Amino acid sequence: MFWEQLLNGLTLGSSYALIALGYTMVYGIIQLINFAHGEIYMFGAFVGLLLVTVFGLNIVVALIGAMIFCMLLGMLVERIAYRPLRGKSSRLSALISAIGVSIFLSTLMVLIRGPNTTRYPEIIKINTYTIGSVSVSSLQIIILLVATLLMVGLQVMIRKTQIGKAMRACSQDIEASYLMGISVNRVISFTFAIGSALAAAGGVMVGVYYNAVWPYMGLMAGLKAFAAAVLGGIGSIPGAMIGGITIGVLEIFGVAYLSSSYKDAIAFAILILVLIIRPQGILGQKKIKKV
Amino acid sequence: MVEGFLSQFVDAYYLRIMVIIGINIILALGLNLITGVTGQLSMGHAGFMSIGAYTAAILTLQFGLPFGPALVAGACMAGLFGFFIGIPTLRLEGDYLAMVTIGFGEIIRVFFLNFELGGKATGLYGMTKSTTFTTVWILVIIIIFLNAKLLKSRYGRAMYAIREDEIAAEATGINTTLMKVLAFTVGAFLAGLAGGLYAHYMGYIAPKDFAFMKSIEILNMVVLGGMGSIPGSILGAFILTIAPEMLRIVDEYRLLFYGALLVILMIFRPNGLLGNVRIYDIKKRFKKKEV
Repeated sequence: MFWEQLLNGLTLGSSYALIALGYTMVYGIIQLINFAHGEIYMFGAFVGLLLVTVFGLNIVVALIGAMIFCMLLGMLVERIAYRPLRGKSSRLSALISAIGVSIFLSTLMVLIRGPNTTRYPEIIKINTYTIGSVSVSSLQIIILLVATLLMVGLQVMIRKTQIGKAMRACSQDIEASYLMGISVNRVISFTFAIGSALAAAGGVMVGVYYNAVWPYMGLMAGLKAFAAAVLGGIGSIPGAMIGGITIGVLEIFGVAYLSSSYKDAIAFAILILVLIIRPQGILGQKKIKKV
Repeated sequence: MVEGFLSQFVDAYYLRIMVIIGINIILALGLNLITGVTGQLSMGHAGFMSIGAYTAAILTLQFGLPFGPALVAGACMAGLFGFFIGIPTLRLEGDYLAMVTIGFGEIIRVFFLNFELGGKATGLYGMTKSTTFTTVWILVIIIIFLNAKLLKSRYGRAMYAIREDEIAAEATGINTTLMKVLAFTVGAFLAGLAGGLYAHYMGYIAPKDFAFMKSIEILNMVVLGGMGSIPGSILGAFILTIAPEMLRIVDEYRLLFYGALLVILMIFRPNGLLGNVRIYDIKKRFKKKEV
């Protein structure tokens, strides 16, 4: 029982982690809580579904297709709704703009598909293996593998490539990066693209795992992923992974051992407790403020 | 008497909108004190509203209390919660605080979803519709007056100072702890009052009325109107209550336009419509003209 729940928690947690990465990367660079991120995740799930059902594509191709679509969507949103505000307004107006985009995108999907839940067809043949007393589905293994692969890939990209270096520079000091000849706008655009692609991957996998997608799925998932990013220390990439996994695992344990009716409150309760003890999150760095 | 007079000349539909505008003004002024004036980003204002609404409704329904005392009790209860939420803010800043307030709002919503006395997911119904146009607008006028007085006083100026620069404010001898907790308590009190009014106007409340989007709606009013400005909050409440009504012509596209409207307004008026306009500035301007 315990190990099975742990595995369920890890599966859910890895999807939160994938969404949380987008929040934390964008926040690290432009200090914006990108509220539309949950909707990008939802679009990813829908595009994946569309590619599988209408175009009859293989799930792997559909996953990549959804990631590419959301990359473009993320860049478009940044270009239209955030870039015009950058530099000349308070962060709060950018936040409201993000909320506007979020409302726009979820309503758009309601208009296209209707507000109801759509089922994913059975795409992958699910085998269940039993190891000792623990049963593991092949789907869980695939999700965990893909999520790990994406996160490792992200780390390699950020540590080893030139654009990764530019992203790290921008998150340290955006003005200095600009003076060093880094094309800041391009870096920000790229960050949105990567974050959105990861969220899309999370969306497709959650859609397949729970066999359901609906237009408002982004709201709660987005809030929880944001909670995960803050829990890990917002701006920190390993922090987002740890935060996502922690919240996913504890949520599943809470449902299994306490009560399922408080499911949605668990993530936030953990978050508040952690922040009261450690205000900067698990891996966040305390900023020294100067006047 | 005024009710009878008004209902003869004014369409019931417009009267209803006016009452809702009044309630929203109270909500916006409360949040304006926390976020606009003191600069503490709070995204769980609907949570305070629901506490006021449920407390007042339970008192009138189950305990047979008259409307007035129940309304005050609801507001006080919300104020008490505001006080407790205010305490963690002493350690948290910016987006960490935003996350805690989102978490608080969600926890309260989930709590009411499981609250026996509050009717769980169905909510409460059958409250006598004691809230009238007159009660709401008399309260609105009193609150605007007191709010303007508060902002002009030492306390108000201290709150503005905290928003501008917390460390500098502290260095000039302002008790920032006290001010922030005060802002949260008063803001929550007003939200509770608005909640009680809302419950006894609609005659029906449910946890979903006070979800995350409601908090966002109130935040939109404050930011759109202009942070820290009383006329701004009033205008913001006015526009964002009327806009969805006006957009009824476009029917199902309503929220689509609403989302787009937020983005466009923020791009063209990044500091809100009446950013930094204060009531006593306006008064001063008029006085100068007289001389």
